[in-house]
This record gives sequence, structure tokens and C-alpha cells, in this order.
Amino acid sequence: MSNEATLHGHSEVITSHDAHHGEHEVHHHKETFITKYVFSQDHKMICKQFIITGMVWAILGGLMSVLFRLQLGYPDQTFPWLEDILGKWAKGGKIQPEFYYALTTMHGTVLVFFVLTGGLSGTFANFLIPLQIGARDMASPFLNMLSYWFFFLASVVILCSLFIQTGPASGGWTVYPPLSALGDANEGSKAGMDYWIIGMALFVVSSLLGGLNYISTILNMRTKGMSMTRLPLTIWALFFTAVLGVLSFPVLLSGLILLLFDRHAGTSFYLSDIFIASTQKALPNEGGSAILFQHLFWFLGHPEVYIIILPAMGLVSEVMAVNSRKPIFGYMAMVGSLFAIAILAFLVWAHHMFVTGLNPFLGSVFVLLTLLIAVPSAIKVFNWLTTIWRGNIRFTPAMLFAIGFVSLFISGGLTGIFLGNSTLDIHLHDTYFVIAHFHIVMGVSAFFGMFCGVYHWFPKMYGRYMNNLMAYIHFWVTLIGAYLIFWPMHYEGLAGMPRRYLDYSGWLSFNQFGDLNRFISTVAMVVFAVQLLFVFNFFYSIFKGRKVISQNPWGANTLEWTAPIRPGHGNWPGEIPEVHRWAYDYGKDGREFIPQTEPISADESKH
Amino acid sequence: MSTVFIILILLLGFLITFQIAKASEYVSVLKGEKRAFEQQNKINGFLMIVFLIVGLIGVYWCNELYKGKILGEAASQHGQQIDKMLYITLAITGVVFFITQILLFWFAYKYQHSEKRKAYYFPHDNRLELIWTVIPAIALTVLVGFGLFYWFKITGDAPKDAMQVEVTGKQFGWIFRYPGKDGVFGKKFYQNIDDGKNNSLGIIWDDPMSHDDLVVTELYLVKDQPVKLIINSRDVIHDVGLAHFRMKMDAVPGTPTTMWFTPLFTTEEMKKKTNNPNFEYELSCDQMCGRGHFTMRAIVKVVTPEEFILWKAKQKPNYAQVFDSANPAPAKTDSTMKATTVTESKNATKLVAKQ
Repeated sequence: MSNEATLHGHSEVITSHDAHHGEHEVHHHKETFITKYVFSQDHKMICKQFIITGMVWAILGGLMSVLFRLQLGYPDQTFPWLEDILGKWAKGGKIQPEFYYALTTMHGTVLVFFVLTGGLSGTFANFLIPLQIGARDMASPFLNMLSYWFFFLASVVILCSLFIQTGPASGGWTVYPPLSALGDANEGSKAGMDYWIIGMALFVVSSLLGGLNYISTILNMRTKGMSMTRLPLTIWALFFTAVLGVLSFPVLLSGLILLLFDRHAGTSFYLSDIFIASTQKALPNEGGSAILFQHLFWFLGHPEVYIIILPAMGLVSEVMAVNSRKPIFGYMAMVGSLFAIAILAFLVWAHHMFVTGLNPFLGSVFVLLTLLIAVPSAIKVFNWLTTIWRGNIRFTPAMLFAIGFVSLFISGGLTGIFLGNSTLDIHLHDTYFVIAHFHIVMGVSAFFGMFCGVYHWFPKMYGRYMNNLMAYIHFWVTLIGAYLIFWPMHYEGLAGMPRRYLDYSGWLSFNQFGDLNRFISTVAMVVFAVQLLFVFNFFYSIFKGRKVISQNPWGANTLEWTAPIRPGHGNWPGEIPEVHRWAYDYGKDGREFIPQTEPISADESKH
Repeated sequence: MSTVFIILILLLGFLITFQIAKASEYVSVLKGEKRAFEQQNKINGFLMIVFLIVGLIGVYWCNELYKGKILGEAASQHGQQIDKMLYITLAITGVVFFITQILLFWFAYKYQHSEKRKAYYFPHDNRLELIWTVIPAIALTVLVGFGLFYWFKITGDAPKDAMQVEVTGKQFGWIFRYPGKDGVFGKKFYQNIDDGKNNSLGIIWDDPMSHDDLVVTELYLVKDQPVKLIINSRDVIHDVGLAHFRMKMDAVPGTPTTMWFTPLFTTEEMKKKTNNPNFEYELSCDQMCGRGHFTMRAIVKVVTPEEFILWKAKQKPNYAQVFDSANPAPAKTDSTMKATTVTESKNATKLVAKQ
């Protein structure tokens, strides 16, 4: 590619011929296949590694949910083909309880950590931080590479655990001891749990290496003129996400190490007064506290949900401003609310533990702090609404997903006000209401944020567009499907229907929802199939998509669109551009957009 | 066969979607990007408003369909307070839900791209931002206030006259213990647990207080009498879930927990209220506890004081069951346990005892 052509201005059109072939010329050294695609230190390639690994995990995790939805929707039927595939886990064509619990556990683990943390933060922090702050790469490209490869190792360990004889971990993704500590109490707490702990330890290493890198890059490597208050909101969101991860993941690791000791070294951190029915033996452990683990777990676990949702918020804010052709409303309030959420994230963990026998006074403090989070969340929602108000909205696939995100975030966020209130949590705790709440607010809406980012930055990643029609089908089916799946679940939760049951037919209080469960399962399968359409669209478009011919296809202000269409390692062939303004001068002074690189002119109005 | 068929249909659907999608791309190139964009934008803008309207109808319809299935009136005083709190929260969040969703999709529809419109440059407005910081803060203060008012009522000390029942969760079932005439539970120690010798709770028989303790598998409660449950677990964490009473509390091994409530309707009354002759209150395990989690069910009978006295008189204390040699109690075995493991473990305990 003749990068010289791009030096003469950001809006210059490059012919498709030039845009294609060879990112090599900017490099000072020769790249082999291994250094370019495998052990790459280019943040853009690492981003692609993260997103593709994340997609593989998302398909596997989604497939697990399809399998257990099959059981939930049709508890009285047998599927002989399941036995052909799964062997003893589906004896007689029926999913066995151990396997059902392994599926739900791994579905949670995979999607929470490997897709929505690794896949989401890993992808967009890697891609956007250097490109949007004007840096050639991360502060430490080598650590960045290690971050991916630790993620990969963690993935391999977790993947292996699916194939061991006693099955993967099956005590729920929260792995509460004593269940997770005692192999005799639970099949999945045998070797599967060790794999789980090792896998998660590697994942924590990956997340720390990545997070430290993101933080130091954002703080130290901004280009000339890029003050912190001129950063796009994506970068702010990724920054707070990284801070949350760095401060909370080590706590999870410490909790898991104590669990490992309890499992193998005979310690009693979490174990006390236990008699195992399957072996008819009382254990010697006394004096441990099973609740201690829950404190350690949720000290990560709650920030974790913000680690998942903050990047999505950042991506949505950026895409919404670009496609409304309007500045994001209340930039400082948006940054402030991200900051407030990040701080409060550390002060609310015990709202997962209202019914564990927690001191009611302590519980009341956590109610107050938990409901406080609704204030910055409300500010964000109203600011997004005002951003599209009187805009000139282009419904690109990315914009559609951004709007869908806001809708889902509202729906799921409001039910958080129910669950964060300890009085209501007594009844709703561990029911389908909780499933509906967190799937909408952190599962689906984080996915919407991720899709929004993928559709928006795909042209920058691969120099091609994704297919629009497939994207529209993907959006509408997913949005409608998500509501059809999770909205009625609130009613099941209000009826007190407990989570993690594989068959409700033996219960008088909960068997009235058989038809609904079948309906939800059917919709879930359709929605899963449509995600495959997205995956197909993604890979097809990498090779065959319509080529990008304009350097700034969305008319956006941020720096990544001043780089060549297919930037090489180092991002900008010449000097790194200088920044003169914030990222959101859309529709100012009658001009559609003013890139960050344009100096402020004398007659410009102030905002 | 049908599976293969479904997969084939899916593949076909994929292929057709893909072909149409590809064709639409060529058409848009032929039409000119601008026209294609405008057309797509109109369709999506229209779908936004359609989604809003159909969605709102759907919300109403779903409510009509399922509001009758959410267990009806709460069967305990605490439960009724929780339901009241639920309606307060529902009212406040419901208003916010409808306003914000309607604005979101209405704005999206109304301000869709048009050649004629110029986006309004509106980067910030301190007054507006102050308004939507303060209003949510006030609304939440109200919710926190009501919530904590009920929370402290519910979690406060049980009345002095409350009946005490000990609930113990195990893989996979529930054990209930009543203190007997003396009103005091006998001491227990988990190392004494022996299912084979009918001592499922590890009660210390040397403690005379234990001799009149009743150990049963159905929970009997008395209408209008407060009951305090003392909750234990024998192995992993379980959770006492009482959906009709709207109550819930974890059972944690090594750390007893408590909860109290007052049942308002007897089982018989509920049969009439719900028009269901088979109605029973159920106790469910609400904390993942292993492969049999979903089967961990116990029946709760709420009865009148007279019926309760009658029932209690019929029960034989655990102590008497164990030591009444004339009438040896049948060994209670766990349904999930195989007979072989029982004998094996019996041998094992014998060995331990010898040492």
C-alpha cells in the first residue's frame, strides 16, 4: 500500500487497488507468518486474535445454552441423537443432571470471563486505545502479546476440562464451596474444578497484563494535544474497566488459591461441620467459613459486571454520537458517571449475599450503596436519549445495536433496583427474576455493545465492510428474540421459580410454566442460529466484503480514521497526528463534522 | 432423521439469506450508495416505531397471560410486606421504563436521517443534567427508605412466643427438628451423624434435652403463630426457599442462620383460595447444591393449633425410635445413595470406632 498517499490529508480517497496488499512497507524488519499472525506484537493483530478466540468461545457457550434450554423446554422428551454425540452425559437421550449443571456452569464461566471480559475488553482495548489516543502501539507490545497467549492458555485448559471423565466444573459459575471443594459431593468438583481454577488463574494473569498495559498506555502515550478531557468516551470507559480489573481480579485469585488449599492441602478456610452423604463420612474440617469465599468472590464478581458493561457503554457512546451527527450530550457527566460507577463497583458486592445470614445492618448499608449506582446509570441513559434528540440519525448496523443497547440497559437496569433492595431480594434471590435481570443488563446488552463495536470498526480492522442486510436481520431478530426470551422470565421469577433446576414437573408451585419454557427454548435456538449468521458475515466479509475506499467512511472525528485504511504496524506512516479539540464536534457551526486533528479556527463558536 | 432434516432446512435458510444479502449489496451499488442508504434508513426508522408499539402491546399481553400464575396473595405477614414493596418499586420503575423506552424509540424514528435536517449542536446543559441527577436520587431515596423499613421489620428479632423449628439441609433433602415438650433442642455434633443408626442430625443422646426432640421430614406450622426457623446444613450450602411465604434463607454448614415469619393461611384454606384441591406449600432448595438440587423438595403443612397438637402427639421422638429395642426403627437411607455404599460406609465407621 502506498502510505504516502494518505499523508496528504485525512479525507483523501484511496483507490481500492492501493488500499489492498502489503502492510509491510512501513516495517523496518521482515515479518514471518509466525511473527505476523501468531506471536504478533501489533496491537491490531492481537485485537483480531482476541475477537476470534472470543467468537469461538461465544459459539461454544451459546451451544451449551441451547443444550440446556432443550432440556428445560422438553424435560419429558428424549433425544437419541444427544446420546450419539455426548455418550454417558446424555444417557438414553436425556441430559443427565451432572451434565446439565456442568453446562450451566461452563456457559456462565465462558460467557462472563472468556467472551465478555477477554473477548470484549481484549478486542476493543487493544484495537482502539493506540489508534484513538494517537500511539504507535501499546506501552509494552510484548506484555500485550503475553496477555493474549495467557488468555489462549487459559482457554485451552478450560476447553480440556470439558473432555475429562468426571466432567468440567459443575457447581455454578460462582463455584461456591463447600460444593466446589468436595469431589465426593459433586462429580464436577473432582478434576474438573482443578482445571477450572488453573484456567481462571491463567485468565487473571492475562487480564492483569492487559489491564496494566491499557492503563499505562492511556496515561503516558497520548499524542500531542490529546489531554485526558479530549479523549473519546471509549477510551475513558476502557480505562476505568482496566482499573477495575487490576484491582479486583487479584482478590478472586486469592480466593481461588484458598479453595485450592482446602481441596488438596487439608486446610479449612471454607469448610466446617461437614458430613458427606455419598460416602457416609464426616470430614475433620472445623472452623472455616463458607461465606468468606462469597465475599472474596463477589469482591471481584460485582466489579466484573462493570468490567463487562463499561466498555460496551463506551463503544455505544461513541457510535451514537457519530451516527446521530451530534456531540455526545454531557461529556463530562458521562466521564463522571463512569468514574462514579467504577468507585461504587467496589462497594456493593454483598448485595449478592443478602440471604446468606449476613448481618441485616450490614445488608442495609449495601442496599444504600447499591441503589446509589442507579443515579450515574440514569444520568447515562438520559444523556444517550438527549444525544439522539434532534440528531440526524443514520441507522448503520452499529447504530441499531447502540439503540438496542440503551433499550436493554434500561430494561435490565430497572430490575436491578428490585434486586438491590434487600426486602425484595428475599423473595427474588436465585429465581428466574435474577436470570432475566443479569442476562438483559449484562449479557445481552454487553453483547449489543460488542456487536455495535464490531460493525462500526470492522472497516478499520479489515478494510472491508460487513454485509448490511445480514447485519439488519441479525439486529432485529436478536433484539426481538432477547426480549421474548428474557421478558417472560420475570414472571417466572415473581412466582419464586428457582434457578438451576433442570425439571420443574415435580413441583406444584413452579410447573405452571411448562409452555412458556418450551417457547423460550424455541426462541433461544432461533436467536442462536442468527448469531451464526453474524459469525458467517464476519468471516465472509474479511475476505469477500465490499472494500472500503474512503479513509473515513462514517465521517467520524476520532484519530483512528486518520490512519491509512489498512494501517501497518505503527499505525501512521509518517508523524503521529496532533490533536486540537475534543472528539465530538459534530454539527458545529454548520459543519457536519470536524476531526480532532483540525486546529481551532479563530471564528469558531465555543461550546 | 428429523434432526438431519432440520439441519438441512437451517442450511438452506442460511444459503438463501446469504444469496439475498449478496444480491442486495449489488443492487445497492447499482442504485447508488446514497439512494440505497436512504431507503435502508427509512425502513429501519419505521421498524423502530413498529418495535415500540408492538413491544408495548406485547408487554401488556404478557402481563395478562402470566399475572395469574405468580402464586397469588402472599401467605405470610412478611410476604405481604414484600409484595407491598414490590408494587411500590414496580410503580416507580414502571413509569421510568415507559418514559425512557418511548422516548428512545420515538426519537430514533423522529430524528432519522433527512437531507433537510441539520443535527442540533447541543453538547451540554448543566440544568438538565442537574434535573436528571436529582430526580433519580429522590426516587431512590424513597425506595431505599421503604425497603429498609420493611427489611428491618422482617429481619428483626422474632417475637418471644415464636415456635422454634430447626431445619437442616442435606444432599438432597430436608430434615426438621422440633424441640419437644421442654422447648429446648438437644445438643448435636456433626461427627455423630449416622444415617444407618437413624441419627441424621448427629444428636448427642447423652444430653437429656434431646430425648423428646422430634425429627421429621415434613414441616408443620401453625396458622397465625410466628415461627422461627433455625437453619443448618449438613454438607454444602442449601437455601430454604418458601415461595408462597416470600421467604428465603441460606443453609450454611458450620454457620447456623435464622429467619422468622407468621403463616396466614392453612393449607386447607389455600386449597380453597387457589381452587386447587391438590395445593401444598412447598419448600424448595434455592442454592445450587449438586446433582439432586432440583429434587430437594419438602412439603410444608400449615394447620390450626388443634391439628398441630394432634399431629405432634402422634410423632415418636427420634430418641425413642433409636433406643426402643422392642420396635427397632427402620434404617433411614438416602434415596440418592446406593445400598452398597451404605454397607461399605457402615464397615468404615466400625473400623474407625475400633481404632
